[in-house]
Amino acid sequence: MRKMPHVHLLMALALLVGSPVFAQDYPSKVITMIIPFSAGGPTDTVGRLTAQAMGQSLKSQMIVENVAGAGGTIGAARVARSDPDGYTIFIHHIGQSTAPSLYRKLPYNVFNDFEPIGLVTDGPMTLVARKDFPPTTLKELIAYAKANKDKVTCANAGLGAASHLAGMLFMTAIDTDLTTIPYKGTGPAMNDLMGGQVDFMIDQTTNTTSQIKGGKIKVYGVTTKKRVPSLPDVPTMDEAGLPNFEVNVWHALYAPKGTPKPVIDKLVKALQQALKDQTVMQRFAELGVVPVAEDRATPEALRVQLKTEVDKWAPIIKKAGVYAD
Amino acid sequence: MELLTNLGIGLSVALTPANLMYCLVGVFLGTLIGVLPGLGPTATISMLLPITFVLPPVSALIMLAGIYYGSQYGGSTTSILVNLPGEAASVVTTLDGYQMALQGRAGVALATAAIASFFAGTVSTMLLALFAPPLAEIALKFGPADYFSLMVLGLVASVVLAHGSLLHAIGMVVLGLLLGLIGSDVTSGGQRFTFGLPQLADGIGFVVVAMGMFGVSEIIRNLEAGQSRSGLVTEKITHLMPSREDWKRMIKPILRGTALGSALGILPGSGSILGSFAAYSLEKKISKYSHQFGKGAIEGVAAPEAANNAGAQTSFIPMLTLGIPSNPVMALMVGAMIIQGIQPGPSVITEQPALFWGIIVSMWIGNLFLVILNLPMIGLWVRIIMVPYQFLYPAILSFCAIGVFSLNNSEFDIFLMALFGLLGYVLSKLDCEPAPMLLAFILGPLMEEYLRRAMLLSRGDPMVFLRRPISATLLLIALLSLLLVFIPTFSKTREEAFVDEG
Repeated sequence: MRKMPHVHLLMALALLVGSPVFAQDYPSKVITMIIPFSAGGPTDTVGRLTAQAMGQSLKSQMIVENVAGAGGTIGAARVARSDPDGYTIFIHHIGQSTAPSLYRKLPYNVFNDFEPIGLVTDGPMTLVARKDFPPTTLKELIAYAKANKDKVTCANAGLGAASHLAGMLFMTAIDTDLTTIPYKGTGPAMNDLMGGQVDFMIDQTTNTTSQIKGGKIKVYGVTTKKRVPSLPDVPTMDEAGLPNFEVNVWHALYAPKGTPKPVIDKLVKALQQALKDQTVMQRFAELGVVPVAEDRATPEALRVQLKTEVDKWAPIIKKAGVYAD
Repeated sequence: MELLTNLGIGLSVALTPANLMYCLVGVFLGTLIGVLPGLGPTATISMLLPITFVLPPVSALIMLAGIYYGSQYGGSTTSILVNLPGEAASVVTTLDGYQMALQGRAGVALATAAIASFFAGTVSTMLLALFAPPLAEIALKFGPADYFSLMVLGLVASVVLAHGSLLHAIGMVVLGLLLGLIGSDVTSGGQRFTFGLPQLADGIGFVVVAMGMFGVSEIIRNLEAGQSRSGLVTEKITHLMPSREDWKRMIKPILRGTALGSALGILPGSGSILGSFAAYSLEKKISKYSHQFGKGAIEGVAAPEAANNAGAQTSFIPMLTLGIPSNPVMALMVGAMIIQGIQPGPSVITEQPALFWGIIVSMWIGNLFLVILNLPMIGLWVRIIMVPYQFLYPAILSFCAIGVFSLNNSEFDIFLMALFGLLGYVLSKLDCEPAPMLLAFILGPLMEEYLRRAMLLSRGDPMVFLRRPISATLLLIALLSLLLVFIPTFSKTREEAFVDEG
């Protein structure tokens, strides 16, 4: 009995000093970055490059683990359940903001179960069409689509994919319903676009640039405010005649909810440093994605971005009446 | 003469000591993972992806390519020795290969597979060098309707795979189609037969089903045979190399298998998987030894193995010339290229000739390595099946479990494999063969996908399948094959007659 106070004191002390001591030591072992898609895809590439550079600046190894499936929600659910000790972090793209609208039974809450770290990259998209599609400009394409809405087909890489979201947004923007042709991934969709089986698609520059440059498909515009350096001759959608049509396939880092603030701070710093790394910048440029400015690689900026995007997509997805479960 | 210049570039790249070594490492690793049940090239390449960051792009791709076709090659080893197809394409190799092994002809079967693969690899690499860009353009002509009809033909052919009762075979095909329905609906995203389990949302993995139905169930079946057995094979192993008679019987099947495999491999999607099934079905139909199929016919090993390897090589065509990955392994290769700063696409041939031709030449060298590596190993491999079962079975089971786990890092898949093991055991007791089921399981979801896409594109007009010449031709062939299968009494009595004589 006499020992009890000591024990209590020790426990209280441990609680008090626990997290700072822990944060000072952090990282003392290997950090795992969960990538919720399979190896080899764009998110995987962005994640691996970021993890490597962040590991260097944290002076610890950061390995990636691909936990793919169900549009990234299986990986996200795993992270939401992980220990909030900073040794499990998570990269996801725009899908993190559309999952709450696409999945009615999501086993986590995107706002309450994650601790935002910061944005990583912005990914512009391109409106591309088969080589022999009659319209030559975006304005013509819109007029053509309205006049032939029974015939024109729009491909996408599957339910909830960025190309699917952008396609829905486009149809909302031009107020015309077209036939949507879903594929399992960008590869087969691009195959049919090049083979002239479908008419058009909106997809990330990562997936379209080389086919555009090789003259295998036509391009009408990029979906960002400014033109893309790798495609300097392609107008923005705004310039081409469709104002306010902006889609950005953004990537961001998260940790499980409850990860101590000092640990998050270290991760934020490592992320910001990674985004200044020469090799990373060069590889991102080759990929066609743009690293975000330092003030956006922060928890605050990500919190705002996530909220804005959830609110942006919810009505579009609801109107289209699509669910992924 | 441009070709010679190009091959010259390729040789100068592929023959550097470093690249020769990466090629050797690749095919060696490939053979290894091919031999280890369950561990496939997809898992291996994704694990090795980070290592390739530090290599020059050509070396990285040479090594990854080596892993891929090396594993297609090694996959036949376990199919023949222990009835375990590590890859979708080697499912049919189990049918006659394992029977040959049980008859003590494992060495001959392995050698046949090696020779067939090498020949097919050489021919299809030549095709790749000579005609890659025009072939890719032809593949683009295939629309969703044409793919659907191709899958229909494949499904009809799958019935031929069974050597037992026709009714059982059709039942297994239907079961395979039903299993293929599990997962998310492509168009609406609705969940089908997933029982609320998120692990089933993307469907069941092929390897899970194959390991369970073939590997695990085979082990249960063998355990039933009692303690008296010391190994899988009781027969004495005769000679290792094919006899003159064997050579004579395998030449034509190899030629036909190579042609079919190369053609189907170019098509994105599951063309390369269809290759081995199609080659087997074709041989079974036209061979004068068709009554021996399923009982250890050498043609049943030679043709699908040639088709399998030819398809593995030609499936590089869409990836290298158009930047379109035709299967998950190619998708990883595309990823590796992007990480290396090379944008895969139509411009690779002109902008990176050293890369393009280097890889092609290295493929031929890799095939040569595979033969040199594997022919002397046959003596060693066949001894595996002499290992007492109390050592062999736990080892096979562990490798299956590791392999299946490595697919998604999910323990759920291991339980699923065990379940399919039990199912496979029960079905084998009921004389139902797993091969038709497995093919239907692969083709079913693809067929559905293409059917719905074709119908969406034609705005609900089914005539599209008859209007497109490719599709119409394929459907006609399917109809003819179906008629052949359903001229029942005649072929049945003939088969029984043979059995009686034997």
